[in-house]
Amino acid sequence: MIDAKSYAEIVKEATPKTQEARTLFAAFGIGGVICMIGQAVFDVYAQFLNADEKTVSALTGMTMIFFGALLTGVGVYDKIGYYAGAGSIVPITGFANSIVSPAMEFHNEGIVFGLMARMFGVAGPIIVSGVCSSVAVGIIYYIVGVAA
Amino acid sequence: MVWEILSRYGRVFLCGGLVCLVGQILINKTKMTSARILVTFLLAGVVLQAVGLFDAIKEFALAGVTIPIIGFGSTLAEGAIEGAKIGLFEACTYGLRAVAGGLTAAIVFGFVIALLFRSRSKTA
Amino acid sequence: MRLGRQTYAPDKRAFVTHVADIAGSDEAMGNLRHYIDFAIDCGEWGCASHEKAESKFRDVVTKRLLDSSGSSSREIDCILGGDLINQIVPSSFSARNFDIPFCGLYCACATFGQSLAVASMMIAAGMDKIICCTSSHFATAERQYRYPLELGTQPTPTSQRTVTGAGAAMIESSGPDHRCPEIGAYTLGKIVDLGCVDANNMGAAMAPAAFDTIAAHLRETGRSANYYDMIVTGDLGALGRELLAELLRKEGVCDASNLNDCGCMVFAEGQKCGLGGSGAGCSSLVYCSYLHKLLVSGQLNRILLVPTGALLSKDSSLQGESIPGIAYAVAIECR
Repeated sequence: MIDAKSYAEIVKEATPKTQEARTLFAAFGIGGVICMIGQAVFDVYAQFLNADEKTVSALTGMTMIFFGALLTGVGVYDKIGYYAGAGSIVPITGFANSIVSPAMEFHNEGIVFGLMARMFGVAGPIIVSGVCSSVAVGIIYYIVGVAA
Repeated sequence: MVWEILSRYGRVFLCGGLVCLVGQILINKTKMTSARILVTFLLAGVVLQAVGLFDAIKEFALAGVTIPIIGFGSTLAEGAIEGAKIGLFEACTYGLRAVAGGLTAAIVFGFVIALLFRSRSKTA
Repeated sequence: MRLGRQTYAPDKRAFVTHVADIAGSDEAMGNLRHYIDFAIDCGEWGCASHEKAESKFRDVVTKRLLDSSGSSSREIDCILGGDLINQIVPSSFSARNFDIPFCGLYCACATFGQSLAVASMMIAAGMDKIICCTSSHFATAERQYRYPLELGTQPTPTSQRTVTGAGAAMIESSGPDHRCPEIGAYTLGKIVDLGCVDANNMGAAMAPAAFDTIAAHLRETGRSANYYDMIVTGDLGALGRELLAELLRKEGVCDASNLNDCGCMVFAEGQKCGLGGSGAGCSSLVYCSYLHKLLVSGQLNRILLVPTGALLSKDSSLQGESIPGIAYAVAIECR
């Protein structure tokens, strides 16, 4: 019987490669379009709401999260993701998708232990790493500020 | 006026596309899953903000960097940096305060949408 | 009767008398569209969950098998089989609807081969009628092994699509008057693990197990690969099949000219199914809908069915374990 190392070489040789050009093109195009939609939302809010830039920015993010959640709910986002790859993962809509999709998936196990408990199965690491790193940044800035 | 809008949105498209392109290269080369990609980009945003580069990029790229999850990370760090000027407690909590809107939206919309819809089996 | 370390010839003839199958809409539009008995319209199939739908697949094929063989449930000695879900619930939940003893089996996608081998042993032990049934469902398997269905992810170039469907075969100790396939010999599989860790490349992880079992079968029965009209593996997919052929040629077992794969047979060109079908229902669906009919009609006389399984779990992958593979070889032939 062949040993693991030479088998790994055969596998590597035979494994089909990702269609680089197609996936990169799709990620670039769809990612760019999602950002343009975000910019449009921002511009509309900035025009018609009497609010400072921070609030408009936050509202834009919330609106995009709503779009991502809704498209996930009606079953469109996974189809976009099939073609777009990172183009629909990296924008904030992808973050919404990663929260809504497990919540929908585990709805059958009940609202408390299914939907609510599993909601952060994919997005949990994002929130944990984000909050922890922001605390780290805050503490570093505080210490530097006190020392200075 | 038209030219201004075109160049503005063109910049957003190019920069947003480029950010996603980098993500796709990571997926193709390292087989990273979507959660890892999101964490990586979020941390990139935190770092860019912490070292003070993000604002300059944002000036040029606009929504091209704020809509990708990098923007979420930068907002977290921005809040923390602002809080650090006030005190230690604020340094720790203002990051989350800055993204409270986004997180609330994600949780509430996530909850409502998941109540209304169920997962469907996909056709090939 | 023992033929070798892993291979046995049945002491009592075990006939595959009746088959029934059910398939999802994609499978019913694939290469086997003219052979599949019964197709469902959507993955939920009117059930509250996909798991319930999979359980219903098994209800339906079991009922159809009882009807077509004209047996009452009291005449059936045992239901054998399994699926891919935790604690094989679709299998046991379906079995509670029938007043028939139940033996749940699990060897991932190799369960159909395991079931046929165990059925042959049970026939030799004195049983008369046994139902072997395995099933899988794209939606339940995605949740079990991968991501939520609605998460927007891209399939990797080596991924395969879990077959939605089920196949059930009736194994009897006495055959009908007409031409009927029977179990000629079976080879129990050993776990083979050559260190593949990519859970999206099951074909590569299982090919060495298929190689090991096929080589053992041919060695211990003293048969050449050409004895069989077709050696058909379970769900290696296009890449796994290529790797298996390369291993067989390299080690001088056979030229792999009559090698085929159920996973490669299910879906048609142009369906977005990666390198082919997979799942516990893959080999049973292909055998029950297609291969059995060819055996009965005489287009095939002898096949070696080699369902292959990847015995990983989501947690074992996360813990960095490699993927153990297994394959069972069952010779099905018309005398």
